Amino acid sequence: MYNIVELFQYSFVVRALLVGTLMSICAALLGVSLVLKRYSMIGDGLSHVGFGALAVAMALNLVPLYVAIPLTLLAAYVLLKLGECGRLKGDAAIAILSSSALAIGIIVVSCTQGFNADVGGYLFGSILAVSKSDVYLGVGIALLVLVLYVVFYNKIFAITFDESFARAIGVNTDRYRTLLAALTALVVVVGMRIMGAMLMSSLLVFPAITAMRIFSTFRCTIICAATVSVVCLLAGLLGSLLFSIPTGASIVMANLIAYALARVVGR
Amino acid sequence: MDAFSANSIIVAEDVSITYDGRIAVSNVNLSVDAGDYLCIIGENGSGKSTLMKGLLGIVNLADGCVRLTCLQRSQIGYLPQRTPAQRDFPASVFEIVLSGRLNRQGVLSFYTDEDRAQVRENLAYLQVDELADEPYRNLSGGQKQRVLLARALCASERVLMLDEPVAGLDPIMTGELQMLLDKLNKERKLTIVMISHDVVSAVRCANKILHMHKSPLFFGKTADYVETDIYKKLVACIHV
Repeated sequence: MYNIVELFQYSFVVRALLVGTLMSICAALLGVSLVLKRYSMIGDGLSHVGFGALAVAMALNLVPLYVAIPLTLLAAYVLLKLGECGRLKGDAAIAILSSSALAIGIIVVSCTQGFNADVGGYLFGSILAVSKSDVYLGVGIALLVLVLYVVFYNKIFAITFDESFARAIGVNTDRYRTLLAALTALVVVVGMRIMGAMLMSSLLVFPAITAMRIFSTFRCTIICAATVSVVCLLAGLLGSLLFSIPTGASIVMANLIAYALARVVGR
Repeated sequence: MDAFSANSIIVAEDVSITYDGRIAVSNVNLSVDAGDYLCIIGENGSGKSTLMKGLLGIVNLADGCVRLTCLQRSQIGYLPQRTPAQRDFPASVFEIVLSGRLNRQGVLSFYTDEDRAQVRENLAYLQVDELADEPYRNLSGGQKQRVLLARALCASERVLMLDEPVAGLDPIMTGELQMLLDKLNKERKLTIVMISHDVVSAVRCANKILHMHKSPLFFGKTADYVETDIYKKLVACIHV
């Protein structure tokens, strides 16, 4: 017990806790809509694009997030449009974009600095990676997501459940879909500092499917997803520190256990 | 043609719609008066659903125009075909029906007590008020359609557009739903535009028929439709 209290004396732990908690709440909220609209893999695609962008930024000595944020936002927009126009199926589009971005990142990394601890952190998550500027950005993005989610909650529900009906009664569904993708891109870029590019999508998908197992109203599902997400993040961070395992993997394991429990107690 | 009249609330003029680069609907002219019950019939892929989406403004028209008189587009209650995503969707009946009131909200959308009262009233009218707190995903097909009908009623007290509402329902539920629609049309004077596969019941319920085959093969009063060769051939096929 003494050890745990001692951990909080390290500022990097506090930063990771703060940003991790905020991002896990945001990811859970957005994730419910993504899972229900069958966009689960969008987080995977976006985080791989984020990794490619970070690798390029490191090679060019630029501030990583200044490169990663615009590129990931662009990728989110492209993914939505590719899915809509129907020439390339949505899931195939994501697979092509995400593996290409990952490949570019790997080539850039191996041509410049080689695989060091930094790159490992980007791929698999690190509790050390959250800087002070990440905290400001994380808090800003979390506020944006939470405020927009509350304000547009009823519209988000209507669009998630039935896009045709929402359009028919005058909701600008394209606008909200773009908003959803953009917010997801922001959460992914910040969240992947802790989760790593390879595992970021689990933060979007796991809490949502766990909550859907237990609850059958939308409001309860969302509240449950956010709660499960935070609990699993805290458990995962603790596991990561206690057993010295990569943070992202540890959080995914916590989510897997939560999902297994939900399957047992849920419907 | 006397199916067109001066007091129409929905008029389509030379409407054409392309879908995936192909022409799905071409040269449709129709008019719907207040209180009409219009059935759109035709084979699969004859452009019925696309035409309805065009009337609702969900898809863009390639040509022609849709004019609404004393009616806003968002004041049409729509019952779309069911999507696979809805099968395991975590939502209560009440949440879903309440979303029908969204067209009364501005940018900031928060429901009022009046909205909630309206939901209860419509659920009661459709005899599904005891399902209000039930999870939608646990309902039977017929119950789901009544719930979606209640949502459409929350969106509009005047016009309903229904895209194959009885698809996949057993004969008893189909009959019940058709009776409900009949009742809404007669009691509440609701204008109904419905896509149907069932020609026999369409002719029984509707006062106007649109028979689609990318473009209209027939549009007019039901009494005239039953005299046409298209109808007689179709009925002959069914009874063989």
